[in-house]
Amino acid sequence: MSELPGDLKYTKEHEWLRQEEDGSVTIGITDHAQSALGDLVYVELPEVDQEVESGGEMAVVESVKAASDVYAPIGGTVLQVNDELSEDPEKINVDPYGDGWIVRLQPSGDAGETMDPDAYQAFIDELDE
Amino acid sequence: MGSQTPLYACHVEAGARIVDFGGWDMPLHYGSQLEEHHAVRRHAGAFDVSHMTVVDLSGSGAQEFLRRLLANDVARLKEQGKALYSCMLNSDGGVIDDLITYYLAPNRYRLIVNAATRDKDLAWIDEQAASYAVEVVERPELAMIAVQGPQARALAASLFDDQWREPALALKPFYALEAGELFIARTGYTGEDGWEIVLPAAQAASFWQQCNAAGIQPCGLGARDTLRLEAGMNLYGTDMDETISPLEAGLGWTIAWDPQDRDFIGRGPLADMRADSGRRRFAGLLLESKGVLRNHQRVVVEGKDDGEITSGGFSPTLERSIAIARIPAGDYERAQVEVRNRLLDVRVVGVPFVRNGKIRIDL
Repeated sequence: MSELPGDLKYTKEHEWLRQEEDGSVTIGITDHAQSALGDLVYVELPEVDQEVESGGEMAVVESVKAASDVYAPIGGTVLQVNDELSEDPEKINVDPYGDGWIVRLQPSGDAGETMDPDAYQAFIDELDE
Repeated sequence: MGSQTPLYACHVEAGARIVDFGGWDMPLHYGSQLEEHHAVRRHAGAFDVSHMTVVDLSGSGAQEFLRRLLANDVARLKEQGKALYSCMLNSDGGVIDDLITYYLAPNRYRLIVNAATRDKDLAWIDEQAASYAVEVVERPELAMIAVQGPQARALAASLFDDQWREPALALKPFYALEAGELFIARTGYTGEDGWEIVLPAAQAASFWQQCNAAGIQPCGLGARDTLRLEAGMNLYGTDMDETISPLEAGLGWTIAWDPQDRDFIGRGPLADMRADSGRRRFAGLLLESKGVLRNHQRVVVEGKDDGEITSGGFSPTLERSIAIARIPAGDYERAQVEVRNRLLDVRVVGVPFVRNGKIRIDL
């Protein structure tokens, strides 16, 4: 299992959030999530300017195995989506914390419950047991 | 923890993701299901199918028994080694299991049935065999490895003893050979050429490792599922079960109606269904847009009842989503599938989608 990036926050739904300097938040799914899903074959992205609610469905990632909803860990407005995922969904498998990012939001409030890397690591270790 | 095949330790060591399949701990993939899929279409892959159940039948009544037990007719097996795919039906014409019968020698047959249905299959076979001069022996001490793909036979042949190499390579499709302790069959579940090799459990790990060393990619159940879906092959328990007749599962071709006086189990109800032109039919579906079709999604056909996807997924070869489905009777090419509360257009197509590495439908 690869090291969790230290500058990210994590959710129980296996998403990560990165606070950007301009106030926006970039969101993706964790390495644990992509590994559990297996090879990704399709990603359904929201529209730019779309409003998302905290905890609401924001995107769908589909692997060879299953479809999985990606929930917004924070409410806000969609600033940017990773269009490259439409052609290359496997970017999420290869680089979940980098090229495999999914959405950048302008938050309208605070994030729900998030974890720092140590807490998330403990959370997934417990799931694996 | 479920049952483990003789290759379980090899799978764990290779870093396989292990899942439960019919009570067995089986490899889903060894890293990338897509790569394993492509390896079989383009080169060669090896599957551990030791969870499947091998049943040997012998006795003067063996043929007569199988002609009663199976919807296909083993009397068609004239040459030793010839294989026959068939459904085993209940008295209502529903499918208890699908299986392959190998004609080994006069009065001797081998059946290979599914893993998840083992208990009920054996109980049913024993019950039906009681009034025939036939001995039914399960062979749990045997392992089974499938090598599949355009290069699979050439690569795996090097692993056989010299005396068996030529006869094995000379096997025609759907024929098998008893090769000492090995049983080599030119059959499979991927739509590619290859062998299914039954061997003593004690030799399985060594044979598996030699396959890998010969360049045959280990493949998990994930790739096995997308390969068989592209090949348009049913998966028992998913695409059919005891409430489904072979006629609704695209398996009408496996029912031997002649001779008319062969009274196989389920024949009467099946004949009634055959006469019903309104019965649902089996079809392939191709998703016209992006997205992924999944099992149990609703198929909507204008002016007709709904159908249902029985197996849906992403086809790595077509790079599109495909499915096999049971749909209302009639001749039509357009339908829709409800995917996550939206209706997406699909085209109704014949199967297979892919065979021997080639796409067989218009995209």
